[in-house]
Amino acid sequence: MTTEHQTLALMLFSLFIAVTLGITTWVSRNRHGSAEEFYAGGRLFSPMENGFAIAGDYMSAASFLGISGLIALFGYDGLLYSVGFLVAWLVVLFLVAELVRNCGRFTLADVVAARMSERPVRIAAGTSSVVVSVLYLVAQMVGAGSLVGLLLGNSSAAARTLTVIGVGALMVVYVSFGGMRATTWIQIVKAVLLMGGAITLTVLVLLRFHGDFDRLLTSAAERSGHGLAFLSPGLKYGGDWTARFDFISLGLALVLGTAGLPHILSRFYTVPTARAARRSVVWAIGLIGSFYLMTIVLGFGAAALVGPDEVRASNASGNTAVPLLAAFLGGGAETTGGAVLFAFVAAIAFATILAVVAGITLASSASVAHDLYASLKRRHARQRSEVSVARAAAVGIGAVAIALGLLAQNLNVAFLVGLAFAVAASANLPVLMYSLFWRGFTTRGAVWSVYGGLVPAVLLVLVSPVVSGSAESLFPGVDFQFFPLQNPGIVSIPLGFLAGWLGTVISGEEPDEAKHAETEVRSLTGAGAV
Amino acid sequence: MDKHEGRDVGTIRLDDPWYDALAVGWGEGAEPSPPRPAPAGRPAPGASDIYLEVQRSAAFQEVRSRYRRFVVPATAGFFLWYVAYVVAATAAPGLMARPVLGAVNVAMLAGLGQFLSTFLLTWAYARHARLRRDRAALDLRWTVFEQERGQERNRARRAGR
Repeated sequence: MTTEHQTLALMLFSLFIAVTLGITTWVSRNRHGSAEEFYAGGRLFSPMENGFAIAGDYMSAASFLGISGLIALFGYDGLLYSVGFLVAWLVVLFLVAELVRNCGRFTLADVVAARMSERPVRIAAGTSSVVVSVLYLVAQMVGAGSLVGLLLGNSSAAARTLTVIGVGALMVVYVSFGGMRATTWIQIVKAVLLMGGAITLTVLVLLRFHGDFDRLLTSAAERSGHGLAFLSPGLKYGGDWTARFDFISLGLALVLGTAGLPHILSRFYTVPTARAARRSVVWAIGLIGSFYLMTIVLGFGAAALVGPDEVRASNASGNTAVPLLAAFLGGGAETTGGAVLFAFVAAIAFATILAVVAGITLASSASVAHDLYASLKRRHARQRSEVSVARAAAVGIGAVAIALGLLAQNLNVAFLVGLAFAVAASANLPVLMYSLFWRGFTTRGAVWSVYGGLVPAVLLVLVSPVVSGSAESLFPGVDFQFFPLQNPGIVSIPLGFLAGWLGTVISGEEPDEAKHAETEVRSLTGAGAV
Repeated sequence: MDKHEGRDVGTIRLDDPWYDALAVGWGEGAEPSPPRPAPAGRPAPGASDIYLEVQRSAAFQEVRSRYRRFVVPATAGFFLWYVAYVVAATAAPGLMARPVLGAVNVAMLAGLGQFLSTFLLTWAYARHARLRRDRAALDLRWTVFEQERGQERNRARRAGR
């Protein structure tokens, strides 16, 4: 990396930070301090705005840099990821978005607690939401540290530490001062930048090949050294059956986990009606789908133009494939055009991390203040004080995320994202589906289905090869592994559903027919929705 | 009396279901929840009665079955199609590697097919909901709203005496 690259990239970073801080100040000037305002941005975003914000929330650096990098290195197997990430949105569109918009106020627990006895359900759903958020958050923080260090050509430990602290501090400022409104605007700005960057690069790649997709694929396959095998599955997830089951498990977690991610669920409360929630998901599917289609072109383009060897030399997991491609398309790393495009992509990646991190922090502070704090100390908590608790929680979660991010800095944390999806799919999705669709669901069933998914998911990871027993694990020295898969989804998702069913069947409690009627009527008609 | 009516109309406009930003504290912890059914089995009178009544109405059951008739087969369909795709990619890479046209093989077509089916189902669902459910759902929202207002007015009248 030349110094010219770094200066340009730093200038663009600073510009983005200045703009987003400007948004935060502007937004926090005319706030009312109500919970509606802080958690849901006053519920007045339009479907298009919310669609962009959802897309901004969802397309993390793992999507932008990670998936295209995987395609550049492993060809077709990288594409399997983007399919899972996109198809997941059909679950959200069909079964979750509208119904959740009608039934809840701010969090997942609101939907479940409406039918059940509040305290235990809120504590369970709040706990699992916080667990999912923190897993996701730490992965993003560590990613930010290594990514920015890499892009600035300065991977020293001090630079990474500073980045993690800086990202954490900025996100605390965005969330605690600006609440949902500032967070949403930051995501919209980021989504526009991301789409703009992806479109520019895709057009440039396609122009290189005169619009011939077939020639792009052929050159990528030739350059990769794998020949036609590069264009079919098996390079990364082939081999023994453990690896294949692991991939199926990951595929299930990806497709079912999205609908249980707390920061995605809370986005549906920022629009006025269920209809607006549906239309914002349609926008999001359009944006996310076209974005992933572009990452396919970018990934194969990086393989064909830059070459997998050079990509791997820069970063072993392929995260720098797109920045390298940008520098190449601009005319090479030493030219001004190359430096500008490289800096542009680096700035987008940084914006991506900041926006995603802010979104997750907001959702988890809502879970802490609205679910955990409110049910543990309900007598004394008024509306006003709940927002102050949420602000304090955002600061606390920021501190925890910085600390964990610094501790986990040198570890491979790719599994944290997969694990966050697996926990969301096994602890949050079953309880949400049962509360919305099952007449006989009871409080005990709700509590059991949350813990019945959460505990196995976390335990199975603890005894899996990611923690011990192999050279790449967290503790390579010890061996207490006996679950062979890295992703627990294939076991823990069915367990979550099973536990919810079992808890309901063996509880003596009569399901409350009236409250079920209320949930069902509200979910489908929006009667009485906030 | 006239003055009272006038103010009432004003509040209705604010809470109007057509006006999107309703402000009712439903689901909030501090809100007194509707009374649970008494042990004898007769639910206490209140908002819950309205919801039970609406739930049993033919209009609501029509909305619900329209929703389910679309969502259940569509969900089953795309989920099976996705699982088949993932399992085929892991279990039958040979089949997926078959060339179809130039460098494009079965795997590439299946992947793009997943994208295409997602876009098509999204469009179909949005269209179905807009044409077949939204109107009826909004009518029901009105019904519940008006009954709740009526009940509130009765309660206020009783309390006033």
